[in-house]
Amino acid sequence: MSTTTTASPNEAKLWGGGKSPFNSEYGKVMMWYFLMSDAFTFGAFLISYGTVRFSTNGWPNSNEVFKSFPFAPEGVNAPLVFVSIMTFILIISSVTMVLAVHAGKNMDKQGVVRNMILTIIGGIAFLSCQAWEWNHLFHEGAWWGANPFLNADGTASTTNFTNFFFTITGFHGFHVFSGVVINIIMLIMTLMDKFEQRGHYLMIEKAGLYWHFVDLVWVFVFTIFYLL
Amino acid sequence: MSHSHTDQEAHNAEAMAEIKKVTIILSVFTIVELILGFWMISLTSEALILAIKGTIVILMMAKAFYIVAYFMHLKHEVKNLIMTIVVPLSLFVWFIGAFLWDGSSFRDLRNKYNPYFKEQSTIKGARSS
Repeated sequence: MSTTTTASPNEAKLWGGGKSPFNSEYGKVMMWYFLMSDAFTFGAFLISYGTVRFSTNGWPNSNEVFKSFPFAPEGVNAPLVFVSIMTFILIISSVTMVLAVHAGKNMDKQGVVRNMILTIIGGIAFLSCQAWEWNHLFHEGAWWGANPFLNADGTASTTNFTNFFFTITGFHGFHVFSGVVINIIMLIMTLMDKFEQRGHYLMIEKAGLYWHFVDLVWVFVFTIFYLL
Repeated sequence: MSHSHTDQEAHNAEAMAEIKKVTIILSVFTIVELILGFWMISLTSEALILAIKGTIVILMMAKAFYIVAYFMHLKHEVKNLIMTIVVPLSLFVWFIGAFLWDGSSFRDLRNKYNPYFKEQSTIKGARSS
């Protein structure tokens, strides 16, 4: 009966059933909530790093610790150079992921395949850079429970710095690794025409959300560990 | 229908322009962050370093906004969905403020009441153990 219609017909229609109130697919909404919970995990890690750093008198200078570069002679002083390359690799791979999602919306299989391959290459390049950096630091004597670096003022340092560095970049690197695996699965599914059969490339969008989140976390990890 | 086809093309061009714009913004912000980082190495003034660090944090937040809003498309979602994600994340305002304050307070208290802690942080060179 039309006389029983409430004052806000739009709202009644939105939540009245028969259509998605968030105008988004279930899996995508759930991916958002997963990423929100993951943001709290990373947030807790980074905030505990900040709390411990604020409660300590001295802290190593990141420009002293991260001054090396692959294939450069030992003792080279190139702070921020290598990590800026890693940052740009991740930004570029994020852009190619956006382009893959965009191609998916247009049902452009070739575009999806091309950009997914570029994104996977970017992810593997980032992981390789991180593997080199970890390996280099390990050979300098840095590891969980071992810190060869002095504080910026020349005083003795605790192992807090290396513990946090390896835990947080390790957890982020594990996310990158999972992202690469997910992207490879998406690429295989695309090549097998799975999404053409379904009639949509929503899975690419969900993988894209995860990949952008990995890039987002790196923005914070990069700034907090290498710049501040 | 040719009309909807051109609509689609216009929408595509718009989306590509947005991707391009956000890519440039992210790159420029990162380059500015790196320039500030390099500049900071040679500085000694505590106040200036703090100001630069503040600027870097603001740039970091701006980059995070552009990634979430445009690359992750959150800006184009329904408002209710945005709110269910952004409102819980506002917990971070308390989370960061409270914990950094607590860390700083812990350091002050230890320096005041724990002479061993204070002495340990004045010893130069690597620890013997």
